[in-house]
Amino acid sequence: MYPEDYRYSTEHEWAKREDGKVRVGITRFAADRLTDVVYVELPQVGSQVRYMHPFGVVESVKAASELYAPVSGRVVEVNERLRDHPELVNQDPHGEGWMIVVEMSDPSELDRLMDAQAYRQHIGEA
Amino acid sequence: MKDFPLIFERSVPGRRGFGLPEPDVPPRPLEEMLPAHLLRTQPPALPEVSELDVIRHYTRLSHRNFSIDEGFYPLGSCTMKYNPKLHEEVARFPGFSRLHPYTPEELVQGALQLLWELGEELRELSGMDAVTFQPAAGAHGELVGLLMVRAYFESRGERRTRVIVPDSAHGTNPATAAMVGYEVVTVRSDARGNLDLGALEGELDERTAALMLTNPNTLGLFEEQVDRIAERVHAVGAQMYLDGANFNAMVGITRPGDQGFDVMHMNLHKTFSTPHGGGGPGAGVVAVKSHLEPFLPVPVVVREGDRYRLDFDRPHSVGRVRAFYGNFANLVRAYAYIRTLGAEGLRAVAEHAVLHANYLRVRLAPYYDIPYDRVCKHEFVASGVRQKRRSGVTTRDIAKRLLDYGFHAPTVYFPLIVEEAIMVEPTETESLQTLEEFVQAMVAINRECETDPETVRTAPHTTPVGRLDEVRAARHPDLRWRPAT
Repeated sequence: MYPEDYRYSTEHEWAKREDGKVRVGITRFAADRLTDVVYVELPQVGSQVRYMHPFGVVESVKAASELYAPVSGRVVEVNERLRDHPELVNQDPHGEGWMIVVEMSDPSELDRLMDAQAYRQHIGEA
Repeated sequence: MKDFPLIFERSVPGRRGFGLPEPDVPPRPLEEMLPAHLLRTQPPALPEVSELDVIRHYTRLSHRNFSIDEGFYPLGSCTMKYNPKLHEEVARFPGFSRLHPYTPEELVQGALQLLWELGEELRELSGMDAVTFQPAAGAHGELVGLLMVRAYFESRGERRTRVIVPDSAHGTNPATAAMVGYEVVTVRSDARGNLDLGALEGELDERTAALMLTNPNTLGLFEEQVDRIAERVHAVGAQMYLDGANFNAMVGITRPGDQGFDVMHMNLHKTFSTPHGGGGPGAGVVAVKSHLEPFLPVPVVVREGDRYRLDFDRPHSVGRVRAFYGNFANLVRAYAYIRTLGAEGLRAVAEHAVLHANYLRVRLAPYYDIPYDRVCKHEFVASGVRQKRRSGVTTRDIAKRLLDYGFHAPTVYFPLIVEEAIMVEPTETESLQTLEEFVQAMVAINRECETDPETVRTAPHTTPVGRLDEVRAARHPDLRWRPAT
């Protein structure tokens, strides 16, 4: 359910290392809690995000929630498909529903995130 | 055949609801008066209907609505609470309703006196020093309050950058702070549902402009440490902002001014019986302590001897925030409410609101989880987690099923810190019989979650329209009628 090679934040974002970059999305747990996602507001390519500071908003029929950056750095890619297909976040949160790719300014921040086992414990699914 | 045709679909070519006489001035062709690019080549696709078509269409439509005049609304004062009809009548007195806003001051002394006296009453009830009636609603009041806070710090040559809000706050609080240009810092709630004092202390410093606190908070709980919170906030020179949305739970009993707040807004529709819903017109009076008074928006009503006038000469004012004097007719209703009930009556309003909420909380506790189960104020938050785990029925389903029992649904999925939240605010006007009927409906639905979950999951079944596809409506909004081609 929660890929072993991902890192996880307390706010339910995942971070997947791809060389010097990190792909970011929200976890299955968060997607299920939100229920049907209807809108995802993402930053522009080139903007800066900061560790555990909001970088966007995800909106479902139930609530609007802030998205927190699991690492600091520059946004180099944004999942444009979510603009027309927000349901991807529910269908495949750990894959097609990714949100941004960040060029890390401080790779050590990844160590401050949880591994899959710690995250499962965090959400009570261990 | 559609279940309920749109007014456009009732259109019959050539049908008219009016007849105009021939003009008594010589007609001129439109082309002579307007440039060609502003003229239509074809008439707009407006419905062509008779007067009676219009009357029947909208009257029938109105019968499909649910209103506080027909049934119980556990959404409470946020959205719909009963307002005594007397105040509607008072607001319609021609002396009030036909006033022109440009009438000279000497001819509207009565209206100005009403505003001034309402200000005195609200000052006394809130424990604050000065008020403005300008803001058009609660969120507008928040904006004006924080603009005044910013002006206050600017006048002292201080630059503060942050506003702290609890994680249980109304969404308008962080939105307001961001709009005024502050960085928003969120502080968590503790296990009792109070603002976590330790977490607050960790964030407070000389960068903090204000703490925006709701009391009682959105969990319906009184902030038990409000005096200590105020002490810590003031120790770093920051301001205490009260989101007065829940003032109706403490009016006549305790005063925000005495709790250490420097500035607050009051939603007159929640606490002082002005109209709800429909997007206004609202009234979000802002009250401040004396150190913020110079920054009040213009104009301010002042009394000089036995005369009243509007004071525009206020050099430190944040300026105008609303045309004329706010939504005057609402202020008349609030005045009438306060004068009808008097001090003891207002206190009784708060006491009844609190008693009713606690009655429901205790009655429902065996059937629904109550995450913060302590004496509440005017509302409490239950949770549908138990039902969801047991039978996969969500809070949304339970809310929809309530419609079949003849009740409006309560607030759901707010506050965000409670999973599957069901927030119930019965208000002060409901009888024990109504409250008990509501309990019986909630108990019956809980039973249905076990015995017949499908009926709950597909509710409502008795309303003019069934379950609406909210997801599709949000993902693919279709906001405009177009003729069938």
